[in-house]
Amino acid sequence: MYSEKVMDHFMNPRNVGEMENPDAIGEVGNPTCGDLMKMYLRIEDNIIKDIKFQTFGCGAAIATSSMMTELAMGKTLDEALELTRDDVADSLDGLPPVKMHCSNLSADALKAAIEDYRKKHQ
Amino acid sequence: MTAERIYMDHSGTTPIDPAVLEAMMPYLTKNYANPSSLYTEAREVRTAMDGARQQVADALNAQPGNIIFTSGGTESDNLGIMGSAFNQKEKNGHIITTSTEHPAVTRTIEFLGSHGFDTTFLPVNEFGQVELDVLADAIRHDTRLISICYGNNEIGTIQDMKEIIRMAHERDVLVHTDAVQAIAKIPIDVKDLGIDLLSLSGHKIYGPKGIGALYVRDGLKIKPIQHGGGHENKLRSGTENVPGVIGLGKAMEMGKAGLTTEIPRVKAMRDRLLKGLLESQEETYLNGHPEKRLPHNAHVRFSYIEGEALLLNLDMMGIAAATGSACSSKSLKASHVLLAIGLTPEQAHGSLRLTLGKNNTDEEIDRVLEAVPTIVKKLRAMSPLGHGGK
Repeated sequence: MYSEKVMDHFMNPRNVGEMENPDAIGEVGNPTCGDLMKMYLRIEDNIIKDIKFQTFGCGAAIATSSMMTELAMGKTLDEALELTRDDVADSLDGLPPVKMHCSNLSADALKAAIEDYRKKHQ
Repeated sequence: MTAERIYMDHSGTTPIDPAVLEAMMPYLTKNYANPSSLYTEAREVRTAMDGARQQVADALNAQPGNIIFTSGGTESDNLGIMGSAFNQKEKNGHIITTSTEHPAVTRTIEFLGSHGFDTTFLPVNEFGQVELDVLADAIRHDTRLISICYGNNEIGTIQDMKEIIRMAHERDVLVHTDAVQAIAKIPIDVKDLGIDLLSLSGHKIYGPKGIGALYVRDGLKIKPIQHGGGHENKLRSGTENVPGVIGLGKAMEMGKAGLTTEIPRVKAMRDRLLKGLLESQEETYLNGHPEKRLPHNAHVRFSYIEGEALLLNLDMMGIAAATGSACSSKSLKASHVLLAIGLTPEQAHGSLRLTLGKNNTDEEIDRVLEAVPTIVKKLRAMSPLGHGGK
């Protein structure tokens, strides 16, 4: 049911773990539904210098988190805000339709983290 | 990665036993006659079917006349429940079941509920058992039928069927049980139990898929739900699945014999597996009853992780297992059984079901006991919940 890319990112997730003293944190989802995603950002000059994630969820939830960290790394905040859940799914060679909404939350988590950063640095 | 794959989903289905396949082969090849015909070839097939019916009856301590062959557990549940509901002299009435049944029972009783019957779905306790006083309170003057699963398909909890039946019969209520998971796992004697209707299936007991049976006690009248040429004592029309019937007969005979040979070995492996899993790391819990559980069923939950991720990792390590997580289901809802025993959805998500069978070995238990904690640690390290990684 999952593409090879999804399985690769799920089995060997990139940039996984907690970040110490991050500049921003974004958390979305709800453990009741089975998906909770947390994104940590290190930001310098409006550029994402480092990004890490923690996810409670299914294979798709972990793979989409991992893929998003690769897509967002090195981007400016404005560029990162343009990343969508479709970008993540496309980069993973697609997701099963049932997983598109519940488990593809990483764009929302990244957005929440950037909003957190901007709120702190207004 | 080159190691043999390990199959631990025997409550999902089982492989056909070679001896069962051997018994079936002639009826998949040269003995193809329709048993309803009159010529010699057909009479031979009819005689073989009679023998299989005897084998099924013997395994349950029933008579061949009590056995109706069906297409499997789902049809047996439908026929037993609807067939007895529609046979009542009084129109409609009240049906009792539990909140932890297989969908074949739940959906059938919901269907009757939308066609004039009153229905009650009883709660269960934290182990998944129906409390007898709760059942006693639910029985009404117009209660016609109680349907309760003998051994739960998810968490393996065994109900106190003998007491349930005694209580029901005191109040003139029929009892149906879905024994699909319990058959060939625990001894079942229909005479001793006094059960009215019992469903069983072939593919859970090393028989073929597409065959099952309904036991109907002597003197109990039910109505058919599939109409046609009047096969199976006018209760289940349609040309018989002869190879399936022969396979079911052999599987039931072997299953009965295995209760004293295979099952103690399977139970010992299951006990070691459960103990090892529960001791492997913190915040790991048993789902279901510690003793009153099917001997092949191990069902545990790990905090802070999600079952589909666990299953996919196990699959990559060569192990086939099941979960109760929402994320692996078509409905995206957590298992109704796990919610009914009082788990929160996030607790239910972290569940793992391993169901053993006669081909499993001690070496396989060792491999699973090595793989599961490794994966749980890996997933906990990724999880934002709790103290991940410990």
